[in-house]
Amino acid sequence: MAKETRIILKNLGKIDPMKIEDAVAQGGYQGLLRARGMAAADLIQEVKDSGLRGRGGAGFNCGQKWAFAAAAPRNEKYVVCNADEGEPSTYKDRIIMENDPHRLIEGMAICAHAIGSRQGYIYLRGEYSFLSGVLTHAIDQAREAGYLADFDITVRRGAGAYICGEETALIESLEGKRGEPRYKPPYPPTQGLWQLPTIVNNVETLANLPSIVDRGAAWFASLGAPSYPGTKIFTLTGDINNPGFYEVPTNTSIQDIVYGFGGGIPGDLALQAVQIGGTSGAFVPPEMLDTPLDFDSMQYAGLTLGSGAVFVLDETRDILEVVTRIEAFFEHESCGKCTPCREGTPRLVGLLEKIAQGQGSRFDLDLAQKLGRNMTITSLCGLGMAAPVPMLTAMQHFPAVFTDQVSIKTSEEGSPW
Amino acid sequence: MESSDIVARYSSMPGGIIEAYHDLVDREGFLSQEAIIAAARCFGVSVAEAYGVATFYSMFSVKPKGKHIVRVCRSAPCHTAGSATMVDALQEQLGIKIGETTPDQRFTLELTECVGQCQATPVFTIDGEPYPGLAPNAVGAVLESYLQDGTGKEGR
Repeated sequence: MAKETRIILKNLGKIDPMKIEDAVAQGGYQGLLRARGMAAADLIQEVKDSGLRGRGGAGFNCGQKWAFAAAAPRNEKYVVCNADEGEPSTYKDRIIMENDPHRLIEGMAICAHAIGSRQGYIYLRGEYSFLSGVLTHAIDQAREAGYLADFDITVRRGAGAYICGEETALIESLEGKRGEPRYKPPYPPTQGLWQLPTIVNNVETLANLPSIVDRGAAWFASLGAPSYPGTKIFTLTGDINNPGFYEVPTNTSIQDIVYGFGGGIPGDLALQAVQIGGTSGAFVPPEMLDTPLDFDSMQYAGLTLGSGAVFVLDETRDILEVVTRIEAFFEHESCGKCTPCREGTPRLVGLLEKIAQGQGSRFDLDLAQKLGRNMTITSLCGLGMAAPVPMLTAMQHFPAVFTDQVSIKTSEEGSPW
Repeated sequence: MESSDIVARYSSMPGGIIEAYHDLVDREGFLSQEAIIAAARCFGVSVAEAYGVATFYSMFSVKPKGKHIVRVCRSAPCHTAGSATMVDALQEQLGIKIGETTPDQRFTLELTECVGQCQATPVFTIDGEPYPGLAPNAVGAVLESYLQDGTGKEGR
């Protein structure tokens, strides 16, 4: 069986998260000290060379993102940590913050040095309010120890809105508004929080930085898949013997996660499907299990890495019923700003319910697919674009689940348009 | 403390209306009309905007609720792990349906989407405290602990 490679979680269980001296004894803040000895441009180049890409789901080159903010000709800039981890089946960022808050603080301070920021925010989802004390305590200790001499961090809470994981919605929420995404461009690195240059990075992305700066870009770039190097934390849920979180190199396959780390399906049942990347991710059939989990391999296979959630369904599960529940999630979480998502998500639920009840026709299936494809093209932000993905990929890989539910008679009716 | 006094504590925090609302909800259980008007004045936005923020986020309510908020996760991993059975158990124990408050105003029962505790499913929370992976027949003891000391912490 494959072994975990713990870089981000290397201090897990070895330190008391409430004690900065524990973190320092394990090499904490060495990366920051090294970063502060470097020119900002060299630091950004180092991060670019490492190949680190965003771990929140978009996979953008981290150093490149920073370069945009560094080049923005403003004195005031912000570093925002996206800790609005709302993707169902995902809790990796919570594990990082609960166990090693100093690693996150160090990562944010490294980013601040690179782009020239004096103020950072951790936007913590409201459901993680219980972590606010751990984070604030760690920030206080880092400040007292002198690590935050020219940079400060404030913890701010969300209040139960999945959409705030989208970076411009997060910024709106930080500004005290409804968390509705902005039109882009401009992008946050040039115009973000209070219209000033802002880097929004995911917790896991930031938590990689101390090790990258401390051990060097070449070391990091050599780990895992060349185009998406490093490790990724996967959270394994559903019908699986060993649910939990696993930090593995990015060239690990789905097979290794499900059968190696996960120990397979309980009760010796067969695997029916895996949904990867969270509730907004694609459904994966068993014949695609050898796909490596790195961002590009997944995308090439028409799948999504997303947040790194792996949700397993055994052969007894009703995929149509699960997909309907998933689309109801998006109906609930749609912010309502753009029409394709606001109107599309309830229509998808309605069509799927109709089909599940045996009342649907071939036309309803076509309509759901057409609507889904439309939403992926025309929605304002990633929520509406991703919302139909579970349904569309389930229809692609498990067509019989849907076609068996619609009557052949009505399939001849054709389009009413 | 008056709503306006609570809100005023966040006046110097840029964009602090959401933190002010958290504080109000923690103390009063919901956002009253007076509280929203006070927040609008304090943060220099229209009452409509302040109300818009209050009604956007699922953790805020503009209607009174029970002392303890019980939320059952219905997102996919909890859904397939039997959240419906958990809902049934909680409804039976509390004698109310989803969306209702017990007549003694102690508990409000709601559904929620993922709370990020998927290591053990299904999950429900009471006042934000997660209870992952419990069997439905263990629900009674958890609720009981909130009746005894008011916080539930001692009963765990």
